[in-house]
Amino acid sequence: MAGLALLAALFPLDHLGGYIHWGWVDISYANAIVVALMVIVFVAALLAPFPGHGRRKESR
Amino acid sequence: MSSPDIERQWTTRLRHRVTGHLPPEKVLPDTQPAYVASWIYVFGVTTMVALSMVILTGFVLAIRGPLWWHTSGVGHYVNSLHLWSVEVFFFAMVIHLWGKFFMAAWRGRRALTWVTGVVTFLTSIAAAFTGYVSQTNFDSQWISTQAKDGINATGAGSIFNVLNLGQMLMWHIVLLPLVAVILTAVHVVLVRVRGVVPPFEDAPPEKP
Ligand code: HEM
Repeated sequence: MAGLALLAALFPLDHLGGYIHWGWVDISYANAIVVALMVIVFVAALLAPFPGHGRRKESR
Repeated sequence: MSSPDIERQWTTRLRHRVTGHLPPEKVLPDTQPAYVASWIYVFGVTTMVALSMVILTGFVLAIRGPLWWHTSGVGHYVNSLHLWSVEVFFFAMVIHLWGKFFMAAWRGRRALTWVTGVVTFLTSIAAAFTGYVSQTNFDSQWISTQAKDGINATGAGSIFNVLNLGQMLMWHIVLLPLVAVILTAVHVVLVRVRGVVPPFEDAPPEKP
């Protein structure tokens, strides 16, 4: 219950969420955070080494 | 029947076509080219797994219905699994499509793979939308009364009425999932038929 109260304090859901206004761009913080997370995961997927790669000599 | 007659049968011709395009070693390959060893290739499968979870949890929701998912703890839990699988589904699908966009994965007669992906994406958006208006709570009432004006302005409202819960629910649990699953199957089979697109430097020159 204390955990729930803490969560509720951190993420208040009983009033309107905030919006980022940037020129003609209007986007909620929630959506902006998800887009940022997708970009981060995309870049990580390109850069992070893939496990097991190079272990096996691949012929193609 | 003589052998030329047998060769002319549609079952025989179809079998030759299918096995010609999709021999068993292409359906379930044991190796892939070295460049496939990258995290970016994991997102198509992630999307597929998330879609399976969406459908599985949707089946469970369908068994006991709205009264159950609104009022019981387990119902809430399965409802959340359904929603969060959708979040993972779109998250992974967008990263998947960014990856395919930047490697121009439509090269080498793979346009149909890309196009089936695009249509699956659009179908999924419609599926998510009909899901939001099928929740049977204040949220779904709010969304449908907001959306009706936009949709009516396009003219589609005459056959697609977002205030009609029965219609929206059937689009959400019958028509759109069916289309999404069939398109996904075609999409993945096309990848199997054509093989994974080679990097730019290894690709044979394209005919204009
Ligand atoms: C339900 C949604 C989708 C699922 C389940 C899915 C699944 C997959 C899988 C498993 C692969 C092979 C593995 C890989 O390369 O990741 C693949 C390849 C591909 N996907 Fe998707 N995909 C989806 C949506 C999309 C979308 C929205 C696009 C682009 C608009 C797209 C474009 C492609 C292309 C072009 C390939 C072929 C890559 C190649 O030939 O190397 N897909 N997809």
